[in-house]
Amino acid sequence: MSASAQAHHDGPPADYLSESTVKSWLLTTDHKRVGILYLISVTIFFIAGGVLAGLMRLELMTPRGDVLGSPDTYNRMFTMHGVIMIFFFLVPAIPSVLGNFLLPLMIGARDLAFPKINLLSWYVYMVGGIMGVWILMHGGIDTGWTFYTPFSSMYSNSMVLTAAVAVFITGFSSILTGLNFIVTVHTMRAPGMTWFRMPLFVWSHYATALIMVLATPVLAISIVLVGLEKFFGVGVFDPRLGGDPVLFQHLFWFYSHPAVYIMVLPGFAVISEIIPCFARRPIFGYRFVAFASVAIAIFGFLVWGHHMFVSGQSMYAGAVFSILSFLVAIPSAIKVFNWTATLYKGSLSFDTPMLYALGFMGLFTIGGLTGLMLASLALDVHVHDTYFVVAHFHYIMVGGTVMAYLGGIHFWWPKISGRTYPEIWGKLSALLVFVGFNLTFFPQFLLGYLGMPRRYFEYRPEFQVLNVMSTAGATVLAVGMLMPMIYLGLSLRQPKNAGDNPWGATGLEWQIESPPTTHNFHEPVLVTCEPYLYSPEEAEREYAHAQHVHSA
Amino acid sequence: MWDFPLLPDQASVNAPKLDALMLFELGVVVFFTLMIGLLVLAFCVRFRRGNPVDRSHPPTHSKAMEVVWIGVPLILSLIMFVWSTRLFFDLYEAPPDAAQIDVVGKQWMWYLQHPQGRSETNELHVPLGRPMKLNMTSQDVLHSFYIPAFRIKQDVLPGRYTSLWFEPTKVGVYNLFCAEYCGTNHSVMIGKVHVMEPADYEHWLTEKGSGPSQAEEGERLFVQNHCAGCHRGSQIVHAPRLEGVYGKPVPIQNGNNVEFATADYLYIRDSILDPKKQVVAGYEPIMPSFKDQISEPDLLKIIEYIKSISNANATPETAQ
Ligand code: HEM
Ligand SMILES: [Cu+2]
Repeated sequence: MSASAQAHHDGPPADYLSESTVKSWLLTTDHKRVGILYLISVTIFFIAGGVLAGLMRLELMTPRGDVLGSPDTYNRMFTMHGVIMIFFFLVPAIPSVLGNFLLPLMIGARDLAFPKINLLSWYVYMVGGIMGVWILMHGGIDTGWTFYTPFSSMYSNSMVLTAAVAVFITGFSSILTGLNFIVTVHTMRAPGMTWFRMPLFVWSHYATALIMVLATPVLAISIVLVGLEKFFGVGVFDPRLGGDPVLFQHLFWFYSHPAVYIMVLPGFAVISEIIPCFARRPIFGYRFVAFASVAIAIFGFLVWGHHMFVSGQSMYAGAVFSILSFLVAIPSAIKVFNWTATLYKGSLSFDTPMLYALGFMGLFTIGGLTGLMLASLALDVHVHDTYFVVAHFHYIMVGGTVMAYLGGIHFWWPKISGRTYPEIWGKLSALLVFVGFNLTFFPQFLLGYLGMPRRYFEYRPEFQVLNVMSTAGATVLAVGMLMPMIYLGLSLRQPKNAGDNPWGATGLEWQIESPPTTHNFHEPVLVTCEPYLYSPEEAEREYAHAQHVHSA
Repeated sequence: MWDFPLLPDQASVNAPKLDALMLFELGVVVFFTLMIGLLVLAFCVRFRRGNPVDRSHPPTHSKAMEVVWIGVPLILSLIMFVWSTRLFFDLYEAPPDAAQIDVVGKQWMWYLQHPQGRSETNELHVPLGRPMKLNMTSQDVLHSFYIPAFRIKQDVLPGRYTSLWFEPTKVGVYNLFCAEYCGTNHSVMIGKVHVMEPADYEHWLTEKGSGPSQAEEGERLFVQNHCAGCHRGSQIVHAPRLEGVYGKPVPIQNGNNVEFATADYLYIRDSILDPKKQVVAGYEPIMPSFKDQISEPDLLKIIEYIKSISNANATPETAQ
């Protein structure tokens, strides 16, 4: 301890990566190191979830269940795929990796408000995650990630409860992260960093944190109730015990619908940083974009019933949830329009992060707009629980969140690791992901409208062509997603060559070394201006000058 | 291999109405996707770095534009909302002359029961051009009754009755799926819907000889399960008569108050399985529970019987 303090006073301060013992990592309270711990763990979970997805698509190449052999195997796979991707990848990915790493840097703080709680949240997450993997290796669960009762509480003979506990534990990690972010944003901003000088990344994470803290406890409550019912026969959800199965759905979606925004708001956060940087323009309509995040977070609590239009809830409840769902689409539309307007009169360059961001805009637009069809009561009756829904949510979650996550990782990789990566491979990966994604999931809209229900291990032969297309697309997509893991991994073997600000970006995080020192900033930060003070004309002048020098 | 359909069959009155709405929404979706897509592409080409174009005074915000792009989606949303909600309400309000089919879902099959008595599993025969009302429940977990060609779907719940109606418009054979994940064989819990000419349907109904109708079967069960012993005839046992009860408000003793409950499917089901829950005012709670003794399809038959005697008001016994 004293040795490292010594080092501080003598030589130049070491960067946060320099100490490399296992112990120094496992006991770290540095928000950047915790971010890296999360980066490694969510990547492993993403690979696990991805392998399961690949196997499922393989199975679905033929209408008969002849690849995996048994329907139970398939059912367990889509359940684990869903559980892993939602709870162990999407929910923590952007907030816990990029949010942890960047939030303090962006507001000029030394760390998060509660560094030890931050580390604790990673441990809690890992306990939940390891339980999840343990379940996978010991037979798995077959309820779907939604755990609908009374199937989960009374009929499934698998490890529902262990899985529920795993999710329950992971939920606490989310709550801790959320609390930490809220307190940090309120109390740790550098002098001069007013609310309207905060980068939109911070706004979005603030909104996300609010949902995490308010919604996650409801998930915990529902899980406790399922447990009570399973072990003590308390009749909450099973009608044979005097309970109501639809009640579970209400509780479940009261968490899980806002959770969808926990997954996608951080994606918006990343896109709102990347687009201004590569367009060299201040973001168009800063305040509208900021308030849209908060509006989404609030409205997000009011629309859970749109997952239940055909569940047997009252028609009038259906109508109310329908109109509210239409309303929640508006703030998302505001964001898309403002990002588009930000490109106007910009000076656009197309580096890898920007390609991911543009891909995000296309895919998220399709995902979001098809949500209108699901919000329409009569249409939802037909497409609910079909592949149309599978396509829709993959467009939002993979097309939206995963694209944003990958874009963000590429954007901040030089800051995080101090290294650059080969642009050409980056661009190729963005292209493959975009093409492969559409080939995989677009046919599923058609499949769904044709009537193929989801969670089907076997299907009618007339659905085969579209399923084969989808599987072929998944192969391309898988290649596109594996590539960054390889070239980013390999880049770590290079010297730290990235420079402090390779993109010429304006955020506070770019004004310190790459990788940052343990203490982030050497002297107190004073913020005197708005974010995103980019100038397209200046970018053009620099560009012309660079060309000139080059050709001379 | 390449002749796969892009639209499912349109085989009910509801299907073309729904497809029209779908087409409208598809138009909106395609329009906005193209608009965003083309704008982004155009800006990417025109404002690429190094392209000499006017970049002076880029706008940073515009209230007017924000209002437009909040307003237009809002109006379109409202149109979609009103249109689709009207269709949706239609879907749950069966015409009064609809014939009723009882549906029971269980892991992993569909059990379907025609009023005239014939029952079937995983096959549903219906006549062309006649509105049919489905009255559905589940014996175990959640299922969902889904006929894509009719564009209808409704979850089927244990301990509850849900309903839906349709009117077939095209003779043919269509898929019947379970759309709510219900365990191991969820994906093979499927069936076929046969839409037949009305004459063929009548013939089909009596193909196996005209057996007892739903209500007649129900009456047999009513006697067999000793319901009749108390609810019919005997003056010794103090139990309410059931003639004319269906669809009427029934006085229920709740502590010292009397409340009214409508004698619908669910009420009658509950009265059989959990008779102590709602006791008719003026009677002792002496009825035993028939829980786990009468299956869901049999419950439906008994209810059908009670329904069939609901118009028997004229008989002196109930007129009292
Ligand atoms: C990499 C390509 C992917 C492929 C090929 C794929 C494929 C699939 C398939 C075949 C299903 C089962 C659909 C059904 O039968 O209902 C499924 C479900 C699901 N996927 Fe993916 N998926 C991919 C990526 C992802 C990602 C990245 C996420 C989230 C981050 C995700 C989240 C989900 C969820 C939540 C479900 C629902 C699970 C359930 O029904 O319980 N998927 N996916
Ligand atoms: Cu089923």
